[in-house]
Parts: sequence; C-alpha cells; structure tokens
Amino acid sequence: MKTFSATRRHFVQGLVAGGVLASFPALLHAGGRLENQTHTGTAPVLSGQSIDLVVAETPVNFTGVIRMATTINGSIPAPTLRLREGDEVTIRVTNRLKVPTSIHWHGIILPFQMDGVPGISFRGIAPGETFVYRFKLQQSGTYWYHSHSGFQEMTGMYGALIVEPREGRGSREGDRIRADRDYVVQLSDWTDEDPMSVFAKLKVQSDVYNFNQPTVGDFFRDVSTQGFSGALDKRQMWNQMRMNPTDLADLSAATLTYLMNGRTPAGNWTGLFTPGERVRLRFINAASNSFYDVRIPGLTMAVVQADGQNIEPVEVDEFRFGPGETYDVLVEPKDEAHTIFAQSMERTGFARGTLAVGDGLSAPVPALDPVEWLTMADMMGQMDHGKMDRGAMGHDAAQNKDHAGMEHGSMHHGSMAMDHSQHGMPQNSLAKPSQTVNHARTEYGPSVDMRVDRPRTNLDDPGIGLRNNGRRVLTLADLKSLDGVLDDSRLPVREIELHLTGNMERYSWSFDGLEFGKSTPVAMKHGERVRVILQNDTMMTHPMHLHGMWSDLEDDQGSLRVRRHTIPVQPAQRISFLTTPHDLGRWAWHCHLLFHMDAGMFREVVVS
Amino acid sequence: MSVKEFARFCLGAGVIGGLLFSASVFAQQDDPHAMHAKDADVPSQEHTDDRSAARAMGHATMEHATSNHGDMQMQGGDARDPHAYSDGYTLTEGPYALPGPRQLKLADEHRFWSLLGDRLEYDADNDVTTFDLQGWYGTTYDRLVIKLEGDAVDGRLAESQTDLLWGHALNAYFDTQLGVRLDQYDEGTGREWLAFGIQGLAPYWFELDLTAYLGEGGRTALSLEAEYELLLTQRLILQPRAELTAYGKDDAVNGLGSGLSDVALGLRLRYEFSRQFAPYVGIEWNGTFGATADQARANGDATKDTRYVAGIRFWF
Repeated sequence: MKTFSATRRHFVQGLVAGGVLASFPALLHAGGRLENQTHTGTAPVLSGQSIDLVVAETPVNFTGVIRMATTINGSIPAPTLRLREGDEVTIRVTNRLKVPTSIHWHGIILPFQMDGVPGISFRGIAPGETFVYRFKLQQSGTYWYHSHSGFQEMTGMYGALIVEPREGRGSREGDRIRADRDYVVQLSDWTDEDPMSVFAKLKVQSDVYNFNQPTVGDFFRDVSTQGFSGALDKRQMWNQMRMNPTDLADLSAATLTYLMNGRTPAGNWTGLFTPGERVRLRFINAASNSFYDVRIPGLTMAVVQADGQNIEPVEVDEFRFGPGETYDVLVEPKDEAHTIFAQSMERTGFARGTLAVGDGLSAPVPALDPVEWLTMADMMGQMDHGKMDRGAMGHDAAQNKDHAGMEHGSMHHGSMAMDHSQHGMPQNSLAKPSQTVNHARTEYGPSVDMRVDRPRTNLDDPGIGLRNNGRRVLTLADLKSLDGVLDDSRLPVREIELHLTGNMERYSWSFDGLEFGKSTPVAMKHGERVRVILQNDTMMTHPMHLHGMWSDLEDDQGSLRVRRHTIPVQPAQRISFLTTPHDLGRWAWHCHLLFHMDAGMFREVVVS
Repeated sequence: MSVKEFARFCLGAGVIGGLLFSASVFAQQDDPHAMHAKDADVPSQEHTDDRSAARAMGHATMEHATSNHGDMQMQGGDARDPHAYSDGYTLTEGPYALPGPRQLKLADEHRFWSLLGDRLEYDADNDVTTFDLQGWYGTTYDRLVIKLEGDAVDGRLAESQTDLLWGHALNAYFDTQLGVRLDQYDEGTGREWLAFGIQGLAPYWFELDLTAYLGEGGRTALSLEAEYELLLTQRLILQPRAELTAYGKDDAVNGLGSGLSDVALGLRLRYEFSRQFAPYVGIEWNGTFGATADQARANGDATKDTRYVAGIRFWF
C-alpha cells in the first residue's frame, strides 16, 4: 500500500491502481472470471437511446484490502451515460444482486414511476429482475445516477449522466459553452467497512470518526493567546450546549478513502490536454457523506453550470459542493500539470487528480487547510446581522459579483446596516419569503437538540473553513441562472416552511423533528407555484434534494436566483425556493448526505 | 420509610440531592417557552468576534441568542403543526401511494444494539476484578437497557448488580429508565428492587446516571454515577468518575447502613487504539460513610481505601 503524508494528517491515499487486477492477479486466476473485477478510473461511455445496465457485486481494492463493491456494469464510477435532449431513452437495468436494487436519475425531470425510489415511485428491482426505465429527456446538462436502495450508492453505484443539448431549435445550452476537452470529474468516497456497521457505530457514539476534537492542548494554546478567561469563553457555549465545534462531518478519513473518478489520491486520475486548449470539467459530487472543497491551484475556474443549468459565468478559485450537486467549470491550463484538489470539508483527507499534457505527470499537492471551529453564527444564525452589508445580498448581488463573493464571506465585517423598513411593505405578502420563524410542535422533543430563532438568510457565505481563506470561493449568491428560473414568473400562492433538524447525540436526522417513519407527505397541487422555506436548525450543512421538480432558489428579498435540484443549506441558515410541480405522483425529498437521509431526514411529496 | 427516616435519608444524600436537582434542571432544556426571549435581555450588537459574543451571551441558551437588529420574527402562539401540509394524506394513503404495506423503512425504524464495557479492570493488590457493562437494544427513543456491575475476588463473584430497564427518551439528551435491579452477594442476601432513573448527557459534557430504587419492606436506595472525558490528545483520554450510593434503611446482612453509604472517586487514563478499544490505568478511592462505615468498622474492615487498577474499555 502506498501512502504519503499530508501535512496535517496521515490518511489512506489508496492504491495506485485501484482495481483488483493489478495487485492480486492470482485472485482473478483463481476465480477464473476476468469480467468479475471492478474497473476503476475514467468510466466507459454509453450513448444512444437504448442502454443496458447490470447491477452486480464485484471485488475492488482501494486500500490494500479486497472488498465487494456494488457496481453497475462492473465499473466504479458506473458508465457515463451520454444521452441527447429530446430523445426518448430506454434503459434496462438488470439486478444480479441477492437483494433488491434501484436506480434514480438525479436531477432528471421524468414521470414519477421512472424516478427509481423503491417504496415511493415503484417497488424496486428484485433480484434477477430487469426493470425497463423509459423516459423522454426534457433538459440538457450534467447530471448523475445512483442507487436509491439501502447503502448501495456508498458501495459503488453511481455514474455520470450527461444530456447533450439538442442542436438548433429549443436548445437551452446551445453553443454557449465551447471547450476543446470535456471531462467528467466525479468525486466520491469509499469505506472498507460495511456501511451499516458505520451507521450503527454513529448510533452508539456520533463522534466516533472525529479525530479533530477540542483537546486540553488546544485549551492551553488558547490560554496562551487569549488568556484564561478568553479560552474559557471560547468554549462556554459549546460545552454548555453539548455541541462540538469540530462536528463538521459525521465521517472522516478515519474510515473514508476519497475518490476522483474511482481513483484514490495515489491513483491520481489524469485528464489530458494540449496547451492552449480550453477544458470543460463536469464536477459531480457522488459521495455518500462528504462535502468537497475543490480547487485547481494556479487556475481560475469559470463556473458555467450549476446542477446542469446554465448560469452567468462566474470566475472562482474554489467551490464547495455537497453530495448530489454538480458544477461545470471551464479552465485553460497553462502548465504541464495542474492538481485538481478536493479536500473534504472536515479536513481529514482529499481526493486528487491531475490535468496534464501527458500521462504520469503530476503537480504539487497542497496541504490540507486547518480545521476551523464552527462559529457562533453557525450555531445561532444572524448574530451580527446589523453589521453585515446587506446590500451585497439583495437584488443586485448578481451585478455586483466581485463585491458579493469573497468580501462578505465573513460574518464579521462590513459596516453598512440596512434598514428593511425602507423597502416598505410589499404589495403581496408572498412577494418576499416570510421572515417569521415557525418551529414545528415536534421540534420540542427528544429528536431535536437545537433550534434557531434568528436564522441568517444571506446567501453569500462560503461556509465554515472557507471564509477569508484568501481565495475567491463560490457562494450561492454568485449563482444566477441564465434561463429556467423565470419560466414561471408567478408569485407563489403559499409557503411551506420546513425545518431541518437533528440530534447529534442520538444520531437522528429529520424534518421538523419527525423522522421519515413518523412523517406525513407534503401535498402539492399540480401546476401550483409554491414557496418552500427550509430552515436549518442544525450545525451541519445539508444538501437538500427535491425529486421530480426544480428548486428555483430565491434570495431573502424574493428575487429568483438560480435553478437547482440540490440546494445546500448551511447551519442556522434559512433559505427559500419556488417550485412548480409539473409531474404528478409521489416524490422523494431528502438530505443527500446518505446517512442523514437514512436516519430519517426524508419526506415524501405528493403532487395531485 | 417514615418521615424521619426520609429526612435522614435526604440529609445523608444531600450531595446526591443537589445533583438530582441539577439533573432535573438539565432535563428541562427543551422547554418551548425558553425560546421566547425578547430583545430586552439580549447581548448588544457590538460583537466584533465570536469570543466576545460568547462572553456577552453568558447564560443564554442558543434560543436566547438573538440580535437587536434581527428582522426575523419569533413565532407567537402555538408551534406549527408538522402535518399541516399533508392534506390528510399519509405514507400509505392518498393519491399515488403504492398499494400494500409501507415498503420504505429507514434507520429511524430499525433497531440497533450496543455493548459498552466501561470498566473491565483488575486490582492486583487485592486480586479484585471489577466489571461495569451496559448494553442496549432498540430504537432511537425506546430501548431495552441492561447494566451489569460487580466484583470478583479470588476468581469468585463477590457481588453484582444487574439492572434490566426500559429506556425511553425524555428529551434531547436524557432517557428515563424504568425496570428492576437484582443484587447478588456471595456473602449476604440477594435483593430485588424496582428501579427508576435518568441517564444522559448533562451540559458541559457530564455523563450522568441517576437511579432511585424501591425494594422489599420499604427499602430504598439511590445511586448516582457521573463521568467526564478530558481529551489530553485525540486518543489519550482522562476520565474522572464519581459514584455515590445511599440507602434508606439499614441492611446489616449486606453490610449496608442507611444514609450515604459509599462513594467512589476514580481517575482513569486510557489510550484509544481505536474509539472502540482502549486499555487504561487508573486510581480509585473508595470510602464508606455513616452507618455503613460503622458496620465496616465493626467487621474490622477499612472504611477507606485507594486502589490501583488496570483494565480495558471497549464497545461494539
């Protein structure tokens, strides 16, 4: 096993080859079935209107030990599907597992029976059975697909789904994005443990994988810089509230190996380019539980699509995205090699690859950033509301991008307080999202360890660990759809307010304090324009994915910003989006951190 | 127990009573009214950093932490109905629901189990092996809890205490526990008790386990365990531990007297090779008090002793 040290922490960098074949050829001879190994690295591409996928268990070796993965066509990631807007596609999925499986087409607008959520859209795909998905593609862009059964996604069932814009008439994407190279960069995570046993451990001790906890040493370090009372003050709230300021993620490199296109950091996935070329990178976060902070040192990334939707291009050094989200960026590499560096949010490890002019080249790999403690704002919302420059978050944030991004990432500077009364009352009370915090009755029980009464509503916070890091980091406030969000310019007819809740000690996650099993569906009327307010009453960021319809994110003034299928909601943040359910049926709505979803942060939506 | 006995009991267990009171206060953290703090008692908006914010906040719960400039309104009146958006539909009823019983069940409806060996240790000077195990099986909010604690001397089980409890979530951090306790003595008479207690995590990260017992013939007992974990490093952990026991009645055959009977204060230093497996060394001070100490003296036993132990802590 090849490992090398990151500056701050040692973690498994994984095998160079990734697959089983290279390291354990004897195994394959013994098994005698060559097709049984898992292919890793750049996924094979399948295209056309008729696709066959086979789900099976195949052995894989990322860390030095062989484990069984759940794979699609024997590949991690699964084959990249390149389909075409406007086409009706037929995808036959055959289950060769001993347990039921399913495939969900993440972000694709389709009839609910084709959405692939067992128990909601269909019965799942039984062992030995072939299920035929058939739907028409009404959109273009970068999407992905994955199992929606158990923890199969975590053990390898994810792949890219690219919908090429249809030429000519009706094409949204058109010729706007021109690139000489086009790569999928799919980030994921892998554990050698059984995911259920990982989950069960969290049930027993929720910080079992956190090795960045506050220690006595940290305390004395703070005493030396801030004095004894300063060091005490820094800890007072956290300790009183039984909250851990380093609770940035449930899992870490203590169990995860971070993958880029199915390759470990040591495996170094490489995308080739010729100097002078413009390269399109389709970043997909297909991880089970990991937020990634992605950058390519030395290169500026022009973000041109978010969740497959065209946005006004915005140039950044770095972006954070959670499981389920996708970003398309354009880069123009100049050196022989550039590292694509994706550190996990809790700073215990990274996925890594290289853009290079030839195979075998590499560029320096940056050190992991230090672990930052969550701030009071992450716990309680808008502590410093009056001190923030609200002007950067209002209607003109898009025109004001240079202004909005980095400079106001911090909660603690800016000096202009905005008096909202100057706006007067809106004509329609639904023109702006409600500012009244309404906790559900069921939030006052054992399932909820924290409620936020003064949430923050600004979208321009890059989030913990990225504030004021000297790089220009993408925020939600930077995203402005070029089309889509104004397809339906009606005001919403009503608001649905839901709170994202949890109890870290018990390791339970929910909406409104009700886990899925205790919940009732959210009913929506077909074609109605609805505002959904999501308030995060936890200290973690939750990538919220609503199936079957778009989530048109707005700012706190009710100005539509960007069309998404997965919206990350930061700690103590309150965001809102509008949606118009065009497709009847039952749909899933959940946090895309797989363990949060499975713990119960999951709702059904009924469109009738 | 008579009023007089009860008064003496309370006096003897004054320390425990204080802690019980604290625990009941902790248990009320979820009072919904706690959130309706108004701007009058909130810290000023002049914070320039988190540190001063924390200082200014003082005793505020997170619900109180607000800003004078916030334009968020706090809810008035009743809390929101979490089923208000359902139009009367359920997961199995209403349009487009799949027929038959509900198929999708997530971890919130699964049962989990765990076994924690908090102390499994040996005192070589006295050839005493002590065990303190706790296991549970159940859901997030309802569990069967088994606690097993005892000493073996010279390879023989000297005494043990087994609690069989139904644990039910009281609030975010505490469970109530209701069940029975069975005491076994190698030399003495076994006792059976009804048990009622609370166990959970108190503010400032104290693990508390407080149980009241009611036995035959009006016997009563109270026990309190408190533990704290001090991370010297990510893996080297110092665990102070206190255990107090009080009885309402003399139990001469088992060497127990009414009032505060014994106190154990321990300090254990463990190294977590993994979070689930950690050998440790420790020192424990034991003292008997009141009528229990009188009985010990009468038997020629020491009333106080300090022991050195080595053991392992583990969980599955």
